[in-house]
Amino acid sequence: MPHRSEIWNILFGRLSLDSLPFLKTDLEGRIVLVTFIAVSIGALVILGLITKYKKWGYLWKEWFTSVDHKKLGIMYMILATVMLLRGFSDAIMMRSQQAISFGANHGYLPPAHYDQIFTAHGSIMIFFVGMAYIVGLMNFIMPLQIGSRDVAFPWLNNLSFWFTFWGAVMFMISLFLGDFSTAGWLGYPPISELAHSPGVGVDYYVWGLQLSGVGTLLTGINFLVTVVKMRAPGMTLMKMPMFSWTTLVTSGLIIVTFPVLTATLFLLSVDRYLGTHFFTSALGGDLMLYINLIWVWGHPEVYILIMPLFGVFSEIVPVFSRKPLFGYSSMVYASVAIMVLSYLVWLHHFFTMGSGSAVNSFFSLTTMIISIPTGAKIFNWLFTMYKGRVKVTVPMLWTMGFLFTFTIGGMTGVMLSVAPADFLLHNSLFLIAHFHNVIIGGVVFGIFAAINFWFPKAFGYKLDEFWGKLSFWGWQIGFWVAFGPLYVLGLMGVTRRMSHFDDPSLQKWFITAAVGAAIIAFGIFAFVVQLVISFIRRKEYAVGNDPWDARTLEWSTSSPPPAYNFAFIPRVHERDAWWHMKKNGYKRPQEGFNPIHMPRNTGFGVIIATLSFLCCFGLVWYIWWLAAVCFVGMIASVIFHTFNYHRDEHIAAEDVHKSENDPDHWALENQSVLA
Amino acid sequence: MSAKRLIGLLLAPAVLLLGGCQKLVLLHPQGFVAKQQSDIMITSTIIIAIIIVPVLIAIAVVAWKYRASNKKAKYTPEWDHSSQLELLVWAGPLLIIIAVGAISWIGTHKTDPYAKIDRADAGTAINAADKPLEVDVVSMRWKWLFFYPQYGIATVNELAAPVNRPINFKITSSDMMDAFFVPTLAGMIYTMPGMQTQLHAVINKPGKYKGMSANFSGAGFTHMQFWFYGKTKQGFEQWVAKVRAKGTDLSTSAYLQLHKPSIAVPVTYYTKFSPGLYSRILNRCVIPGQVCLSQQMAYDRRTDEGKLWQKGKDKVKAMNMSMPMPAVTSKPASASTAAAH
Repeated sequence: MPHRSEIWNILFGRLSLDSLPFLKTDLEGRIVLVTFIAVSIGALVILGLITKYKKWGYLWKEWFTSVDHKKLGIMYMILATVMLLRGFSDAIMMRSQQAISFGANHGYLPPAHYDQIFTAHGSIMIFFVGMAYIVGLMNFIMPLQIGSRDVAFPWLNNLSFWFTFWGAVMFMISLFLGDFSTAGWLGYPPISELAHSPGVGVDYYVWGLQLSGVGTLLTGINFLVTVVKMRAPGMTLMKMPMFSWTTLVTSGLIIVTFPVLTATLFLLSVDRYLGTHFFTSALGGDLMLYINLIWVWGHPEVYILIMPLFGVFSEIVPVFSRKPLFGYSSMVYASVAIMVLSYLVWLHHFFTMGSGSAVNSFFSLTTMIISIPTGAKIFNWLFTMYKGRVKVTVPMLWTMGFLFTFTIGGMTGVMLSVAPADFLLHNSLFLIAHFHNVIIGGVVFGIFAAINFWFPKAFGYKLDEFWGKLSFWGWQIGFWVAFGPLYVLGLMGVTRRMSHFDDPSLQKWFITAAVGAAIIAFGIFAFVVQLVISFIRRKEYAVGNDPWDARTLEWSTSSPPPAYNFAFIPRVHERDAWWHMKKNGYKRPQEGFNPIHMPRNTGFGVIIATLSFLCCFGLVWYIWWLAAVCFVGMIASVIFHTFNYHRDEHIAAEDVHKSENDPDHWALENQSVLA
Repeated sequence: MSAKRLIGLLLAPAVLLLGGCQKLVLLHPQGFVAKQQSDIMITSTIIIAIIIVPVLIAIAVVAWKYRASNKKAKYTPEWDHSSQLELLVWAGPLLIIIAVGAISWIGTHKTDPYAKIDRADAGTAINAADKPLEVDVVSMRWKWLFFYPQYGIATVNELAAPVNRPINFKITSSDMMDAFFVPTLAGMIYTMPGMQTQLHAVINKPGKYKGMSANFSGAGFTHMQFWFYGKTKQGFEQWVAKVRAKGTDLSTSAYLQLHKPSIAVPVTYYTKFSPGLYSRILNRCVIPGQVCLSQQMAYDRRTDEGKLWQKGKDKVKAMNMSMPMPAVTSKPASASTAAAH
């Protein structure tokens, strides 16, 4: 390292030219360099186009500062899709490394790089793909579904998005500035402690997650209050659509568990910054404390991810079976039961840590019990299709793929919950195959089902069916080709996170898995093509407000919905409110509108979240002045914002009238895709 | 059992592709503990399959039969409730879980890694003359150190044991958290610095088996592998003799040299080691002058805070409950452990 003056240290902390990995001349440096060039060109093109077409003002006014839950939902979905591409590149690198790294060949990724990749893959896929997608879906759908004009705290919603966004940026920056954590996606000590990870990697990880964690917590509070307080008149809890129910349950889970994550990461960071010993192996610290705490958050987290998608399937199956959801109340009880039980299972992630058999068998049983309500849900979807008229559209295709894949994933999950079996299977590739089986088969399939189902609502045109089906088959076939071999390898006693293998007989399995990843890559490619083609043919693909002849309130308003969602707040009498409105000959009013009271856009969300990001960036690189200035700026902005009394506005009755009578909304009013 | 095996194999079509299934070590382990764990895994899989397989078939059948184009199928557009079916929906999974839960509960207690081995395998009793083989295991960055206190020898990255003789592993780690895993022998157990876990196991068939760290512990983790040899009684004696003949002295300074991070360390034999070395690694006081955790804990127990703890313990005892140790370890190294060396 070149000599560094005191003034440099004060100004830039531990940041130096050595922190730029793409300046290294080894293979790793070149990989990062190519990525850096590609990303830079892409970014310059996008920024250039925005500037050329003078869209900055539009983006700032209409999107970045928006408090509209629909726009925020769409921004979450875009963020998640971008991060999916990043997380999936990591997956491709891991699969190709494991496919070639046998015997004398050590592959192209040295451990220091490989370990960063699996850490980034896991944490990005959970926090910035899974979480961003489900928050995006809940944001867009839930207020429409409960007949509300927005969420309870619209500005908070904007702030949450920007926290999540900057958390993702924190992870992305680590690609080109310094390096990322090598401690695995949960950052177990001792590796994540300063003694074993003195670099910036774990700090990037901690502060990236702290930012997005705060965002998620605020979202949870926001959605819980929205569901509890802002349902349309007449919509009692037991008349609420299932997706809104699962949003409520998910929000409850978030509110209870995310503070645990924040506290755990906080303790880890004071260990790293202030030299405390919460989790070190000296001076009374104990890594077991960290592992318990992180899973007290981590297990409910997987239910946070899957719950909203259970809601998605509960909406899609009835619509395309042309029947009401079978066993609605038992679905509700099952969701609540899962919410409660998911707090009582965390220890099954470390049966092998040496707890006594009494403790292990207790957590083994609670884990199994959670499969009872989950199984009941599968049966209920099955009975919804039974004696129905099942139309296999793209959303329904994803749903059927889910039913098959997730059920098998559930089976291997129960196998793992049997503690004696877990002693053999833990940390093996069998475990990896299992959780990808439920996360891809459940969460990812659900997300794509939801995107295909609600896209016409969000944009007024449907998604291309051909490429949608190709995307589905790419994911479905690719999944089994990629993870079937991992099940087998797991039973051969092959464990996870290995960057090299000695036994050449294993190679064929890893090559097969890599082929599977390539097929999934095709599925993702087909999804992107699907979006592009549908956009190009948007005139041809334009559909009415209710293209699927659906059952819930979001389909009663225009596609895309106006800023105020509903000109008149609907009055609900039955479950499946929109279905009953249609049956009773509901006519959408065309006059007699009143001014509508709406929240006003504000830039404070962007400002506060950006300052917090800069503060965290300063902390990562030990640039103390930056951290201090931004921290003070952040607090000052929050206080200043409390004096902002221009938080609301009224949409004039004439504007509502104009919007409600827009011929575009009416041209396709009765056109159904299903007809 | 063989019939059960057969069904187990039929359930996993991928397994059949392999032809010879001996590679699937988790289905064919050679140690009694792993064998019980494997049998529990297979049995519970079969029980779960009783409900999973019909559900998978039903999904396909229902989706096909009630496809929109099949106008002959019955259509009940308003039907959304049936108490009988709801009962089935909840009772079906419940019954399966009661069965699997019972298996897990019993199996967890039976294969508890802390429980002593009382049989060599299902049909073989332990030779009463054989005292269990004691092995003290230390996971290090990134190699395995095995002490054989009964024989006064130690090895790096090689483990051997006579067949059908119980092995009592005491396990710790010098710095990182690893998992001690010999798939054919017994399920894995974490290794943690300053703490001791235990594993009781027995190997039933002579052979050369793979052992590894199953928990990621940093850059050299991938190469943290070793061979485990199951040997006959004579074979084991010969192996001990070989170690004694080739071994060097694992003095404190030699250990501190070994303690430095290193990757793919060749098999090394030690014919003697500095006294109580395992205990000092466990209590984090290898370097002369360091205070051992056990000493610190004993000291704490005598101080005011220790007395407070004692008071709390008496109170809890009066309530007929137990209270954990107020210290850094879940299974603290007792003074007697240290004395044993």
